[in-house]
Amino acid sequence: MNPEELLYWLRGTGLQIAASVFVLGMIYRVLYPLLLGRKKNLAEPRGTEWGPGLRTIWRRSYALPELSPRGKLTVIAGYIFHLGFFITLFFLSQHIVMFRGILGFGWLALPRSVIDISAILALAALVALLVHRFMDPVKRMLSGFEDYLSWLLTFLPLLTGFMLLRQIGFDYIYLLIMHISSIELLLIAIPFTKLAHMLTTFSARWYNGAMAGYKGVKA
Amino acid sequence: MKEHETLEERLTQQGISRRSFLKFCTAMASLMALPPSTATAIAAALSQAKRPSVIWLSFQECTGCTESLTRSHSPTLESLIFDMISLDYHHTLQAASGFAAEKSRDDAMRDYYGKYLLIVDGSIPTKDNGIYSTIAGRTNLDMLHEAAKGAAAIVAVGTCSSFGGLPMAHPNPTGAVPVSALIKDKPIINISGCPPIPAVITGVLAQYLTFGSLPDLDELGRPKSFYGETIHDRCYRRPFYDQGKFAKTFDDEGARNGWCLYELGCKGPTTHNACATTKWNGGTSFPIESGHGCLGCSEPNFWDGGSFYTPLAAPTADISTIAATAAVIGAGAAIALSVTDRNRKKNAQQAHEKLTVKDLT
Amino acid sequence: MSLPGVRLRDISIKVENNDTSSIGNISALMVEIATLLEKFIATGATAQIDLKSLPLGQHEYVMLRDTLGSGEVSARLDAIGLSEINETKYPGVWWATHHNIEGDIVADLIEITNCPAILASQPQDMKKGLQNLQAAIPSDINY
Repeated sequence: MNPEELLYWLRGTGLQIAASVFVLGMIYRVLYPLLLGRKKNLAEPRGTEWGPGLRTIWRRSYALPELSPRGKLTVIAGYIFHLGFFITLFFLSQHIVMFRGILGFGWLALPRSVIDISAILALAALVALLVHRFMDPVKRMLSGFEDYLSWLLTFLPLLTGFMLLRQIGFDYIYLLIMHISSIELLLIAIPFTKLAHMLTTFSARWYNGAMAGYKGVKA
Repeated sequence: MKEHETLEERLTQQGISRRSFLKFCTAMASLMALPPSTATAIAAALSQAKRPSVIWLSFQECTGCTESLTRSHSPTLESLIFDMISLDYHHTLQAASGFAAEKSRDDAMRDYYGKYLLIVDGSIPTKDNGIYSTIAGRTNLDMLHEAAKGAAAIVAVGTCSSFGGLPMAHPNPTGAVPVSALIKDKPIINISGCPPIPAVITGVLAQYLTFGSLPDLDELGRPKSFYGETIHDRCYRRPFYDQGKFAKTFDDEGARNGWCLYELGCKGPTTHNACATTKWNGGTSFPIESGHGCLGCSEPNFWDGGSFYTPLAAPTADISTIAATAAVIGAGAAIALSVTDRNRKKNAQQAHEKLTVKDLT
Repeated sequence: MSLPGVRLRDISIKVENNDTSSIGNISALMVEIATLLEKFIATGATAQIDLKSLPLGQHEYVMLRDTLGSGEVSARLDAIGLSEINETKYPGVWWATHHNIEGDIVADLIEITNCPAILASQPQDMKKGLQNLQAAIPSDINY
């Protein structure tokens, strides 16, 4: 298989496999706990569940001001990474071309300078978080193989994408192959790792809010 | 063994001055994409160079490569044929036909055995012993093997002979293969392109003639001096790519402003060729300058690499249907498993027996 | 077949402005030429730039001509086609354009030198010329 054939496979069959695993896995991971249901509650609630549940989905996106300096790094770098990652993913014109190819519609791209900044910030934040994970004894103790794997799988698409745009190190075709395969690896890994939080975090938050909003015992 | 006279001897016979010869060498350096300072070295080498005998075999091809060569501007085809090489067989260009034509090939192969340059355009069908393309009743396969034996080197002109090209595209009904798939014991230079740039064909021939050696080749056997960089690397529209300014259709404002054609399927970033600098039609223009993206014709599998108009970033297959199917299966699995697990839980609860004092004794 | 009511002249085509269409090659070339000229003055090392190897934009060739201008010397060679060898307005910077018999440009060079080598008479040609000259002298004259 030459590079051209490999690239064609990655853009076709490879992406079909990765997208299928991702969609199937994520739908399953979100739906299964919801459908499993909770024990029937016979007690009468004092509050409501839906409103507070939805509000918490939103409210949990706020950073708490009263964090320790070390906690602050996690929060700030975490924010920068997530924002940078999403801006880069959804507003680079080449990515919109890809989404249009799949969804049938596209949207306006952000200027390249904005994307460059967001990608660099996301990369820097990921590096800072990894260093912090090594330095902080508590974090280091809590971290396992899956955490480092998730970090690597998130880091690689950003890194290879940045190299591709700037054409650093390799021929364009090899960089494109590396970029697309790193994304496909990430897509396949997401449903099986903590990275599934990209969707399950919302149902988890809803439960948290709903529990608080319920205001009463359950029977 | 016959020997042709040197190029300088021929030029002197024609009354060409040394200054004219130096100018010719300057043009050659430019043609070969070598630094202008090499003109002196070229002059020294060419003074001693013997005109090589060239046999040109055309197999499964469309004659586009020959058409391209005949539009070579510098040097002209005439000077190429009569001054630089001795083209002893080319069934489209030669005057002789029939038995006389085949005899001239046999003669050249015998007289210059081990020294002639073999040029091939077109792929070679191998299915059913190669019967799908024959010349004078002989298969291309047979002819190639015979001619390759005495060749000093083989030049595969065009994407078909370099990488298989159109005949090898899916489903490849004739079992077509490139020259490099059949001949393993001879140096092969691939001059890919559909067709190759005429100046690149003559440039490579000139380089072989001048220095008597093969040029530096990339991993696909193409001369680095012409295929060392991508179209994208040397594209005059590259600044627009870097700024993220793209034409979205062939007639929008971006297209009129001459913005990057990436989103219209340009394969410039993955295509190695000299179009952006050498250009076509005597340096007039090249596809991107004319407003159309690069098709990637000088790369392997270019016919099977997806639509010419699909951007490199876009998928080459239907993703949404497959993803939607996966979503349905995922939802189905979630429902089925949650129902099963709920039932298991219920059954377990029902099967549960209360612990009594009796059980503890 | 043409669509009713649509004419070629109705399609608006933007014509690039000569002044604004450089994609950066001109300034890069100016820097390169200046560096090479500096080196030539200091060390006597001549240099050449092959313009055909550069991805010049649509109007940059003309712009480069305007930028370098013309100087005191302009020479024409008639050697298997015409060649124009002109000194630019910057002494030491020459522009040599070689055509073949058909008139196509076969080499286009910026040369940094005090005189392009191709202008000088070649020893081989001089020897041949001397023979011709000697042959032209009437045989009854001794010199």
